[in-house]
Amino acid sequence: MELIFAKAYIFILAIILGFELINKVPSLLHTPLMSATNAIHGIVVVGACIVALHAHDPVLKIISFFAVLVGTLNVVGGYAVTNRMLEKFKRNSSDIKEKSGDK
Amino acid sequence: MGYITEVGYLVSAFLFILGIKYMGHPATAIRGNWISAIGMLIAVLFTFFHPSVHFENLWFILLAIVLGTVIGLYLAGVVKFTEMPQMVSFFNGMGGLTIALISIVEFFTRGIVSEVEGGFDWFFVASSAFSGVVGSISFVGSMLAMAKLWGIFESSKRSIFIRVFNALVLLSILIIYVLLIINPSPYLLVFLFIMGGVLGFSGVFPIGGADMPVVIALLNAFTGLAASIAGFAINNNAMIVSGTLVGASGTILTILMAKAMNRTVLGVILGGFGGTKEAASNVKGNVQEISVQDAAVLLAYSKKVIIVPGYGMAVSNAQNEVHELEQLLESKGVEVKYAIHPVAGRMPGHMNVLLAEAKVDYSKLYEMNEINPEFKNTDVVLVVGANDIVNPAAKNNPNSPLYGMPILEVDQAQNIIFMKRSLRPGFAGVENELFYNPKTRMLFGDAKETLKKLISEIQNL
Repeated sequence: MELIFAKAYIFILAIILGFELINKVPSLLHTPLMSATNAIHGIVVVGACIVALHAHDPVLKIISFFAVLVGTLNVVGGYAVTNRMLEKFKRNSSDIKEKSGDK
Repeated sequence: MGYITEVGYLVSAFLFILGIKYMGHPATAIRGNWISAIGMLIAVLFTFFHPSVHFENLWFILLAIVLGTVIGLYLAGVVKFTEMPQMVSFFNGMGGLTIALISIVEFFTRGIVSEVEGGFDWFFVASSAFSGVVGSISFVGSMLAMAKLWGIFESSKRSIFIRVFNALVLLSILIIYVLLIINPSPYLLVFLFIMGGVLGFSGVFPIGGADMPVVIALLNAFTGLAASIAGFAINNNAMIVSGTLVGASGTILTILMAKAMNRTVLGVILGGFGGTKEAASNVKGNVQEISVQDAAVLLAYSKKVIIVPGYGMAVSNAQNEVHELEQLLESKGVEVKYAIHPVAGRMPGHMNVLLAEAKVDYSKLYEMNEINPEFKNTDVVLVVGANDIVNPAAKNNPNSPLYGMPILEVDQAQNIIFMKRSLRPGFAGVENELFYNPKTRMLFGDAKETLKKLISEIQNL
């Protein structure tokens, strides 16, 4: 039971941190940010690996195989899509730098 | 005790927080994404350093990870920029599905063990069932949101029948949930998740396309919350911290988006655009068309032009042409700015991403509050496929369902050119009185095609 309370503290602090981190973000980053947080909840792949590691029943092995598969999709797809969006921003800001460097 | 694993999780939690922080600024955003991805890699790797790990199942876990990586990279690589919101919705749904599957596997596994040890731990049952049912809602809801954005499902009108149905499904979910805690059964758990899926479907089904960004953001927050609660169920700190961070930040994003549309999150879910029929049609007057030639002259001889992009630009993939027009006008000495409404398109920042793809300098992009005072000194506003976000009914027609939504005040400008495919109302289903404004000229046609013609006309001037 004490363990649960310790985890409840982590829970509450993470909520506050989550609110604080997002509050001051410019709107042009909202879509990439949603995509990035989407990738972060891909952490469920860790849970999928854990349950897959101690699955004994063949049916459960198959289900946990799919759990790891779709969890990985969430993680990899999430980060890759976010990266693609942000690459555009990066290229643009370096363009601006090059332009001002020319002058 | 798995200290090594816990240390790995601690490092990864720190990297996630740092990553989100860096994501908050355009210059550091890409670094933020990488930092968070490295955190994820550490979390996954260190999971296998736990002393309780048996390696007999490792082969198929690695196979699943490799397969998932290949498919994920492929999908993320081929998706068009205009279809990003659908893709985010899809990956979010996959996360929700994972949580439901974790819950099922863990429940059955413990079910076999508990015959020996006697009984389930109620905390495990409660948290695992809760995370799984939220995951199921998120999975089916995200898939439907994706289908709607892809136009597979039309946005349908809400009815009292669906509301009653939703209430009944929600009620039965609560009842099954309580029954499950009293008398844990893996089969009841599966049934609970199926009901969760039903609620995900019937909950998103009546919500119109205009509200999809809010829905996707909300479902993203749901998946985060579910991941966190699943972390409580299987006692995993990495899932608790990361899931909660996403749940909280996702909630903030959802509220910000709903606020920008003058909706409440509850209003979106329960439906606010119900009584539009009687209020919509107090618009009178004639619609004036403009030819491409005249529009070209009007734009080229202006001092100041503001471009208002909307979903129409995304649909016809016209961002490159918009940028080309902007550069052409600037070369003729016209001052060009972009006015970005917070909910233009299908997601907040949707227009920014598209314009960034077309390499538009983002110092030219202005947010609503910055640009609104400038419209009255503007010669021409060029609206490219936007509608509801410039509808003056939001300011001056208390009967309009849009009333109260902050808009771009383009009606203050000297001239307004509306590029649109037809006079069809926007996603909110509301007539736009701006079409009938004497200052407004309509330029009908597909945005991309029309812009190409416009550019060549201006070049020939």
